[in-house]
Amino acid sequence: MSTATDPGLEKRPGPAAAPPRRAARPRRVPLLRVLPLTPAVVLLLLFLAGPIAYCAYIAFTDLQLTGQAEDSFVGFENFTTAFGDDAFLNAVWLTLVFTVISALVGQNTLGLALAALMQRASKPVRTLVGGIVITAWVLPEVVAGFLLYAFFRREGTLNAVLDWLHLPTQNWLFTLPILAVSFANVWRGTAFSMLVYSAALNEIPKEITEAAEVDGAGGWRRLWHITLPMIRRSIGTNLMLITLQTLSVFGLIWVMTRGGPGGRSQTLPLFMYEEAFQKSMIGYGTAVALLLLVVGSLFSVVYLRLLRTEV
Amino acid sequence: MPVRPTAALPPLLAVALAAATLTACGGGSGSDPDTLKVSFKQSTDNSVKVMDTYLADIKKQFEKANPGKKVEFVPIKAPDSEYYTKLQQMLRSPKTAPDLVYEDTFLINSDITSGYLKPLDPYLAKWPDWDQFIDTAKAAAKGEDGKTYGVPDGTDTRGLWFDKGIFAKAGLPADWQPKTWDDVLDAARTIKKKVPGVTPLNVYTGKPAGEAATMQGFEMLLYGTNDGSSDPLYDKGSKKWIAGSQGFKDALAFVETVYKEKLGPDVSDALDPNFGTRVRGELLPEGKLGIDLDGSWLPQDWLEGSGHEWPEWSRKLGLAAMPTQHGQAPGKVSMSGGWTWAIPAKAGNPDLAFEFVKTMQTKANAKKWYIANSGIAVREDVAADPAYVDAQPGIKFFTDLVASTHYRPAYPAYPKVSTAIQEAMEGVTTGDASVEEAAKAYDEELESATDGQVIEK
Repeated sequence: MSTATDPGLEKRPGPAAAPPRRAARPRRVPLLRVLPLTPAVVLLLLFLAGPIAYCAYIAFTDLQLTGQAEDSFVGFENFTTAFGDDAFLNAVWLTLVFTVISALVGQNTLGLALAALMQRASKPVRTLVGGIVITAWVLPEVVAGFLLYAFFRREGTLNAVLDWLHLPTQNWLFTLPILAVSFANVWRGTAFSMLVYSAALNEIPKEITEAAEVDGAGGWRRLWHITLPMIRRSIGTNLMLITLQTLSVFGLIWVMTRGGPGGRSQTLPLFMYEEAFQKSMIGYGTAVALLLLVVGSLFSVVYLRLLRTEV
Repeated sequence: MPVRPTAALPPLLAVALAAATLTACGGGSGSDPDTLKVSFKQSTDNSVKVMDTYLADIKKQFEKANPGKKVEFVPIKAPDSEYYTKLQQMLRSPKTAPDLVYEDTFLINSDITSGYLKPLDPYLAKWPDWDQFIDTAKAAAKGEDGKTYGVPDGTDTRGLWFDKGIFAKAGLPADWQPKTWDDVLDAARTIKKKVPGVTPLNVYTGKPAGEAATMQGFEMLLYGTNDGSSDPLYDKGSKKWIAGSQGFKDALAFVETVYKEKLGPDVSDALDPNFGTRVRGELLPEGKLGIDLDGSWLPQDWLEGSGHEWPEWSRKLGLAAMPTQHGQAPGKVSMSGGWTWAIPAKAGNPDLAFEFVKTMQTKANAKKWYIANSGIAVREDVAADPAYVDAQPGIKFFTDLVASTHYRPAYPAYPKVSTAIQEAMEGVTTGDASVEEAAKAYDEELESATDGQVIEK
């Protein structure tokens, strides 16, 4: 993993971190120095850029998985179909709901809260909580899906607990499917945010916090005026990564609800799967995938903008 | 943890992505003339090994009879819909296409149209056993070009399974044989009233159940609505799909009644993707389901060695044919599907593959297979064999239904039509849509699924 030690990436991201690389250096780079990079670049082009380019092409055809002798180029037809399709618009809306509830609100704030609380916790507590949270993260998506399916189903753990407390029970996967899968995603993905924020909080120099404390700043003020500004960049990076992860969650929802009932938890990846593989319309499914990519990049642009604003 | 993970993450993520793409692309290998690759659908239930055991036996016979040749299995462990997807992806490329594949008649026409399969006529012409296959089964794997693309290894039929214990408690006869849809609903209402705590009637519904909802559920109703002389889904004459029919609405109304009157399973259970497994594994064996509209293959799950043996089923369950709507001729309805063995167009060893089919379809091996998987014979010599007829209770009942059975119009648009049917069913099941609304939504969906090849009837 030599890429991880790339000096350009190890630079501290302070405001003045723009590397002074552009010092006039019109010398030609010796071919020999580029040579070792070639295999990596070729592999990247072949296996990363290649499929993406191919997908982009397919999105403009009416390619089917089966039932068709030849495919043809149809221009923007797949895209216009998508925007006229209620099921697609429903999926876009649910994807936004799912992302906002489970990633932006759930994983992000819970991860930050856990990280902050763990800063002050004793070592055994830290190990225990960290262990539990990370277990949820390490579990394969499908296994996590089954666990939460068992938790939420009608005869599941949640209802058993509610019943014991004499509270009304219901089939959560049926009545509130999008909330159930959002909760599942929070449960599974919080560990990531927690790790990111733990690392960021560790970076805050103790002296600053202590100085603020001496100056009489209470907990909330310290959080608002010191902690959050100092970990601003981590917040941005974390938001971007968990948003992208959450946009593409498939297995978890598939196992728990298959997008149902009545499409009430059918996010874009599930809609895409159904169109491409169950109805065999690969071209259309791929077009939807490209639109998902657009949604992802829109989110990324917003975060990058936020990152750029100085405090 | 002094390392800032955020800085290392983007490149790590990129590497992980690239690695995932790489592994996804791997696995292809050129064909070896001495190795026959056979793909089949492996049960997702680990305790069900019927197919595996049968194929292992054939492999032994085949390798003994063809010295130097080897059979390699490429099982695909997946539920039906994912099996098709995986298979179609494999069939696209000569690198991944196996030599022999197990194809559902549901999709064979789609795969024929795509050019994935090889016509078998030259082989069949030289194979005397082909004459033993009944004509309807031969037609199941025939393309629109008139060529045959698969050798069927059995078929299936559908009917009503009922729990004699529950029927006794409800005061219903042990030799129950409903004449009309109303008879079925009345029996369910009686059970609901007299035997609390059980589900009176199960009709598969909605998208989570997939093709089971369409075929075991909806089509078992729909094909009983007209006079039995024409297909209610597809008009063969004009080669168009039928929209706006009264039969369609009647069938939807039946489904609506079942779930509105709470004669069926709780809606949230019925729309649980794993409900089918629960019906076979829990509800029926535990005596919690009164009537189940289901397929002939159920005992497969209850055979010895299947993991959840239930030999008493034949004493505890009764069988009745699904009646037509008002009892009009021919009085009963069944749907048939089944699977065939087909040779991919891109197979490396087609000749060897057909030899393997011949080994599977000797009379003795075919009989062994039908008995092992509770299949319904499509070979006349086996169907007439007392050893087959007596092998299992129920086989005679389901084999007799072949006379009044229907095959689906399994043309390329069918999977989309089937999904549209499931959506309509789901609408009336949850109560989100009225029968009229659901039927209208189906008509619109049909229009786009079939590229406007629609006729009003």
